[in-house]
Amino acid sequence: MASQLSDGQSNGGQRILVTGVGTFWGGRTAQVIEQDPSVEVVVGLDTRAPTVPLERTEVVRADSSYSILSRLVRATEVDTILHTHLEVDSTTIGSRALHETNVIGTMNLLAAAGAPGSSVRKLVLKSSTLVYGSNPKDPYFFAEEAHRTRPARTRVERSLLEAESYVSDFADDHPDVVVTRLRFSNVLGPDLDTPVSKALRLPVAPEIFGFDPRLQFTHQDDVLGALCFTAAHDVPGIFNVAGDGTVTWSDVCRIVGRRRMPITPVGTGVAVGTLRRLGIVDLPLELQSLLRFGRGVDNQRFKDAGYRYRYTSAGTVEDFARGLRLRSTVGDRQPSYRYDPGVEDFFRRSPAVVKRPTRGARPPGG
Amino acid sequence: MEPELPTSLPLIPSETSTGRELVPVPRPPNPGVEDLEGRLSDVDGWGRSERMRQIARTVYDPIYTRWFRAEWEGLERIPRAGGALLVANHAAAIPSDAPVIMHGIEKEMGRPVYGLADFFFRGVPVVGTLWSRAGGVTAHPDNADRLLHDEGQLVLVFPEGVKGPSKLYKDRYQLKRFGRGGFVETAMRAGVPIVPIAVVGAEESMPILARSNTLARLFKVPFVPLTANMVLFGPLGLVAYFPAKFKLRVLDPVHFDVPPGQERYSRSRVMEESEAIRTRIQDALHDMLSRRRSVWFG
Repeated sequence: MASQLSDGQSNGGQRILVTGVGTFWGGRTAQVIEQDPSVEVVVGLDTRAPTVPLERTEVVRADSSYSILSRLVRATEVDTILHTHLEVDSTTIGSRALHETNVIGTMNLLAAAGAPGSSVRKLVLKSSTLVYGSNPKDPYFFAEEAHRTRPARTRVERSLLEAESYVSDFADDHPDVVVTRLRFSNVLGPDLDTPVSKALRLPVAPEIFGFDPRLQFTHQDDVLGALCFTAAHDVPGIFNVAGDGTVTWSDVCRIVGRRRMPITPVGTGVAVGTLRRLGIVDLPLELQSLLRFGRGVDNQRFKDAGYRYRYTSAGTVEDFARGLRLRSTVGDRQPSYRYDPGVEDFFRRSPAVVKRPTRGARPPGG
Repeated sequence: MEPELPTSLPLIPSETSTGRELVPVPRPPNPGVEDLEGRLSDVDGWGRSERMRQIARTVYDPIYTRWFRAEWEGLERIPRAGGALLVANHAAAIPSDAPVIMHGIEKEMGRPVYGLADFFFRGVPVVGTLWSRAGGVTAHPDNADRLLHDEGQLVLVFPEGVKGPSKLYKDRYQLKRFGRGGFVETAMRAGVPIVPIAVVGAEESMPILARSNTLARLFKVPFVPLTANMVLFGPLGLVAYFPAKFKLRVLDPVHFDVPPGQERYSRSRVMEESEAIRTRIQDALHDMLSRRRSVWFG
């Protein structure tokens, strides 16, 4: 299904759609991809405005369930979709919105990508190792084919499993499309807020008394690296993405320099609910079970596919700690960029702007 | 504030090392960039901590040498390198055989041993963490395969499972069913030999006089025993073993001439091998018991 090129503008390069361009991941991914001269067009889709400056990514605003997608895919003839817009942090989003984004959003995306005559040749999904859960009967290192040992109880896990099952069906129905599912373990990085990083920013880090789970971390640079790697190479299948090795929660706290504050192992839910209502910290159910039993995944398959990790799990924590120490001295970095369609349009299209090849050697007329 | 880094840990195991105080920590199969500068933690991917083992060895050694006076026979049959599945009979209300075997092999051979056990421990606060730091791993086939095949470690398993330690004193040294032979399949898949070990002494260290299924269901534990130790020592009997003399005999390793890494192995072959190993351990036990003059002095 090669894209039918009607005008002479195309140079035959990759045409990429990035969903969730208003999120940290989508925005940063688009930023990296647009530097690649072999990529012809980058289209960014989101309900929100991008939070990072983008040079040539065309930003489209949509509603949260992406209903304009089929029109968009037809009109732009994208051949690659990077679906980075799956919510994995249940503390920042309501359950309705979570379902709308993860399940309905993915469904609409796949409907658009799978429409007859579609130009889409590759689909990459940014999923999470949350799909494996965290239970006492778990193997210590989940392989990609491994099943959960207990059914999913939390909304975020259920919605991710549903989104993944849609993608799996899509892959079965469209054998000519390269479908990659990336399952990222807990992500940490200096520029990022996750339930784990919020817990580590507290003066004392919470732990569940008597438990010291093994955890794995992926550095934010490895998330970007993995997404860009799969955009550039054809690696169909499911891949766990996690830094080498495991780190126990006590060692994480030690590296970050935090004392631990035990939470009762019996009646944890009540204790955590109190902490949340007091506004101290929100430990969602999936994080509570993680702090009890931990989780490890086998990251070998993605390495065999050719990806080289920049950070190990422990190295990720160390880099996060460096960022935390810097922040405690110089304060939070203020967002230096605000998206404004008018300003963007001026710099991209006004004849007054002198075009000269910048960092990424933008294709002529692109 | 710089985090404290354990710099005194042995980073690279050496084959020639004869140091008995420090068992070398095996390096992870794929060391990352940071690992070259020094590991940030001494807890490996299985939750085993070399520092914790060191403490456990110091505390446990008097029990091993003075209390149980453990004596090995045929220790040279355990491979010095590469993976092997150690299979033994299981006994005592709080099994005393697992620590004796793990401590013994670490002390005499300088090789770490990972002990497979029921996932029950993983859910118990404090105990579960200590158990894991001391080298306990839940008995999942994927865990066993990774340890044996990918990392070439020694793995200890008791195929009788909970049926071993929960048996009454009158049934001592009568091996229960060896599960469904899963341990044989695990060894075949990983392509490693099985080394059977017969243990005499554990049965008498904490004999069970009676057990209650009702209480077990109530407390959600595998079994609730009444041990002779409790009768004699009161509450102290929950943790105090009788000083039974331990004798351990390592039997000839079993090699399987099947291709490793298969999805499935012939069920009849697996059951046959499992039963053969069970019989060999049972025979060895009978032989050892027929030579034993005293429970306490061997």
